[in-house]
Amino acid sequence: MIMQDFAEAFRLAFGLVAAMDADLIEIIGLSLRVSLAAVFVAAVLGMPLGALLATVRFPGRGVAVIVINALMGLPPVVVGLLVYMALSNAGPLGFLQFLYTPAAMIVAQSILITPIVAALTRQVIEDMNFEYAEQFASLSVPWHTRIAALISDARYALATVLLAGFGRAIAEVGAVIIVGGNIAHLTRVMTTAIALETSKGDLALALALGIVLLVLALAVNAAVMSLRASAQSSAHA
Amino acid sequence: MLDQPAWSIASQLPLSVTGLCFNAGDTVLIDRLDLEVSHQGVTVLMGPNGAGKSLLVRLLHGLIQPQSGSIMWNGKRCSPATRLHQAMVFQKPVLLRRSVAANIDFVLGLKGRATLARRDELLMQANLSDKASQPARALSGGEQQRLALARALASNPEVLFLDEPTASLDPSSTQAIETAIGAASERGVKVILVTHDAGQARRLATDVVFIHRGSVAEHCSADVFFQQPASAVARDYLAGKLVI
Ligand SMILES: Nc1ncnc2c1ncn2[C@@H]1O[C@H](COP(=O)(O)OP(=O)(O)OP(=O)(O)O)[C@@H](O)[C@H]1O
Ligand SMILES: [Mg+2]
Repeated sequence: MIMQDFAEAFRLAFGLVAAMDADLIEIIGLSLRVSLAAVFVAAVLGMPLGALLATVRFPGRGVAVIVINALMGLPPVVVGLLVYMALSNAGPLGFLQFLYTPAAMIVAQSILITPIVAALTRQVIEDMNFEYAEQFASLSVPWHTRIAALISDARYALATVLLAGFGRAIAEVGAVIIVGGNIAHLTRVMTTAIALETSKGDLALALALGIVLLVLALAVNAAVMSLRASAQSSAHA
Repeated sequence: MLDQPAWSIASQLPLSVTGLCFNAGDTVLIDRLDLEVSHQGVTVLMGPNGAGKSLLVRLLHGLIQPQSGSIMWNGKRCSPATRLHQAMVFQKPVLLRRSVAANIDFVLGLKGRATLARRDELLMQANLSDKASQPARALSGGEQQRLALARALASNPEVLFLDEPTASLDPSSTQAIETAIGAASERGVKVILVTHDAGQARRLATDVVFIHRGSVAEHCSADVFFQQPASAVARDYLAGKLVI
């Protein structure tokens, strides 16, 4: 009996994926938009921050590096709670009216992955800077040209950094469920739908979304591996 | 030949070093070193492993700061400003993770003189024209050294430091590098070359500085150095005896 339910759920799930079910597509689309926006924010804020921490010596830099590294492990539910408090009507950013909109979810995911992007970027750029520093000093390369050259030469590694951020954002549920609320057609994304539909007993939709999420995770990993391969083949490693 | 070095107008030379000391912790690595180098020809630094040759060229290039003593380039203190007119090829060259051509372009761009003609000329002199679009780090050791030298020349230096540019190269690659060094020297570039290769020193050197334990054991013209070195350490070194 249970096995039959199980098989039936899989059959329905593949059916939904194959039929490109409208609800399914909408949920996947919102997930991608929210997480890609968060990756964009994390790239714009986190990469220059990481590059700065990697190349410029200033007092407090060591502490900043430790803090950023620690923030990589932020629990999503805590981020969700803090963003919820900030965006709720009584909160300091309540006037934005972001709560229970995709904007709130983008904010929460950005806060989650910006430290990841910043910390990994710092590591990548610092390693390369260690190698390039004396050559750059010999050539009297100005600091902005140094940072641009380091980012450009580390582009393969930095692309994998962004993929890592995306992977974390797309699979995250704790923060977006608190600030988004999993409202149908508005803030429902793959992970929150899986959490909700599972508890409601609609295993087919939950499984269909789970399959898509797994495929996305595989695609991200495949992209990372092919980036590594092309970096090696062009002697970037 | 484009962009002749203009040292006849704004010469950095002569180089004058007095009482130079560099230590790491309690270890004295450069010990009250005095040296005068003129603007002519190729000055070769020789000396046993660990004598302080690489350290000395780093100090002269201004990459590290001495604890005491002075380095004067034509009366001006060694500084980031004097470094602008110098280039260096390191003992282990650091090539950018880019194509061969892009490595040259990077340096030409720094000086605001990135032209295709100049890049092609440098690549041709380095005999790397057919590898222009290959990743620099995929080149062989000898090709990497030739590229590092071409890249150093791209900045039109008045002074060129070369730290063992032909170590571990085959005879033909060595000859290619030596030809390029000779050509640069003839154009008026002052070359300061570190080498263990006595044959190379004979072929290129105008004068030889023998470094031993962080100071100058002997500095004389190449002819004198190879015929009758005055110092016992230089005699032993040339005779192939172990010098520590
Ligand atoms: N930054 C540094 N800190 C501490 N010690 C150093 C540093 N740089 C070099 N040394 C030491 O100084 C000594 C001289 O080093 P250097 O690289 O100048 O030798 P070298 O004459 O170039 O030798 P080789 O012929 O092997 O290249 C070595 O014993 C080395 O370990
Ligand atoms: Mg050395």
